[in-house]
Amino acid sequence: MKKEFRLMKGNEALAEAAIRAGCDAYFGYPITPQSEVLEYLSGEAAKRTGMVVLQAESEIASINMVYGAAGTGKRVMTSSSSPGMSLMQEGISYIACGELPCLLVNVQRGGPGLGTIQPGQADYLQAVKGGGHGDYKVITLAPSTVQEMVDFVGEGFELAYKYRNPVLILTDGALGQMMEKVLLPELRPRKTEFEPWGSTGKTPDRERNVIYTLSLQPDVMEQWNQRLQAKYRIIEENETRCELIDCEDADYILVAYGLVARICQKAAHIARDKGIKVGVFRPITVYPYPYAELNKIADKVKGFMTVEMNAGQMLEDVRLAVNGKKPIEFYGRQGGMIPSPEDIFHKLEEKIIGELV
Amino acid sequence: MNEKTMTAEEDLRFEQMLAEESVCTKENIVFDRTDTLIDTNMHYCPGCGHGVAHRLIAEVIDELDIQKDTIGVAPVGCSVLAYNYLNIDMNGAAHGRAAAVATGIKRVLPEKYVFTYQGDGDLAAIGTGETIHACNRGENFLIVFINNGIYGMTGGQMAPTTLPGMKSTTSPEGRDIVTMGSPLKITELIAQLPGTYYVTRTAVNSPVNVRKAKAAIKKSFEYQKLNKGTCLVEIVTNCPSNWKMNPVESNKWLEDNMLPFYPLGDIKKPSN
Repeated sequence: MKKEFRLMKGNEALAEAAIRAGCDAYFGYPITPQSEVLEYLSGEAAKRTGMVVLQAESEIASINMVYGAAGTGKRVMTSSSSPGMSLMQEGISYIACGELPCLLVNVQRGGPGLGTIQPGQADYLQAVKGGGHGDYKVITLAPSTVQEMVDFVGEGFELAYKYRNPVLILTDGALGQMMEKVLLPELRPRKTEFEPWGSTGKTPDRERNVIYTLSLQPDVMEQWNQRLQAKYRIIEENETRCELIDCEDADYILVAYGLVARICQKAAHIARDKGIKVGVFRPITVYPYPYAELNKIADKVKGFMTVEMNAGQMLEDVRLAVNGKKPIEFYGRQGGMIPSPEDIFHKLEEKIIGELV
Repeated sequence: MNEKTMTAEEDLRFEQMLAEESVCTKENIVFDRTDTLIDTNMHYCPGCGHGVAHRLIAEVIDELDIQKDTIGVAPVGCSVLAYNYLNIDMNGAAHGRAAAVATGIKRVLPEKYVFTYQGDGDLAAIGTGETIHACNRGENFLIVFINNGIYGMTGGQMAPTTLPGMKSTTSPEGRDIVTMGSPLKITELIAQLPGTYYVTRTAVNSPVNVRKAKAAIKKSFEYQKLNKGTCLVEIVTNCPSNWKMNPVESNKWLEDNMLPFYPLGDIKKPSN
């Protein structure tokens, strides 16, 4: 079959990927810089696959529509940007507790408050450490290209069903808005089979299926928590992904995810042109975090610099991974500002190389 | 009420008598548990209307033979455990979000019967937005709205439907409408929306009202099959524990105070 390439904006490519992933329903609310997802789906999806696309009255309603629809076992998703994701956190906690598969997308912008509509990465801790109330985890994929915005939709649904857990694509306003060439996946049929646990109407051949998140008995609720935690350990063991770029001979490592990891690659080239061996460590899953892989690298290098579009959130995970083996510095921009490769190189020289020479 | 209760010994003897030579045969039984109502003890307080309301829904599901096609949404509040009593697939929503959850279910399974069961705090306070917008879109499901004018589960706080002057733990001097606002007649409010098809107010305080409430629930499921839009059946009921009355007193209080403010009857009737 002929491969289908297209030049597409990140948000629209992601929406196209959702249609092709056989997504059954999308519930969303407009917010910059992710509104193109809702707009694209509103135009095309229903006609092409019969997928449900509904503009809800709020992000709170969106996520609870997702909770209801995901409870039937159907392939369901929503997307938003930072302030909207904050509103969704309660619902995500219920979805995680009820062990429902679904796909979430956060096209991050700078915060806090209403913040800015420019890209940011300041929802990292919200995404990977739980976000809402209670102990739960959301599998979190961090694309760094428009192609990955596409690929992670299908992969995200796979993971969501494999573990009966919400999966989040944690991207940002720059990736959502920029255009790149993408290879589109083939159209996958929408879901027709029912899940054995789905709340779809009790037939005489089975017990009723109830989606719920409450136990008034603490010992039962503790067991429930332990079951979730056991699942998270399996996820951590099997689903951790990262990319090592020019790390084999590197003396210094830039650690960054998403858009910033790409900028760091350019910074590493600048350094190599000057004879300084710099590599880039890019976590692809930020939950589960590639602690072991990063720890291993720490044995071979002189130091690290974490680069983020926030005040140092993933930095906490980098410190946990490196565990004091080597110095770690941080460079971050906030409020919608994007670091340039030159800035990153200069900060690396100033903070790490200069100190260690 | 001076009804004599049976001692454990008498109770056992009665059970034995039934087992040995039952006077209750299939032919002469006039009242029994309906199939969709699960045979278990309910957690509701004695005299509370929830049990009757649950039973009515179960009876309608059985009479229409739609158990296999029905999905219910339980709220947060006293009826948070409604899914323990109805033998159907259910989904426990977050506080106030039942109408959004039901929207999600109904949109992906449009052939199924979907209903929410919500109290006044859940539906008319924290869930106002979801309720109004689901009704405005004319989402094709039934909302069963239990209005007892108080927060039951959390222990008797003021609800949006608490009557003027009515005492609660958060309006100990009685609801002062100047500072606390007037009771929200959300049923009248949503009846204004084009998306709603059938909006009615019922009660379960007397046999005649119980029968009317059941008829309203049944009609709503029938309209749902015809894709007519949102139906809402309000059931005005009592809360003996938090009203600090016995069940008989609470029903009397309901008749004297709740029903004059929340008059029973159809608020929006289908035109055809």
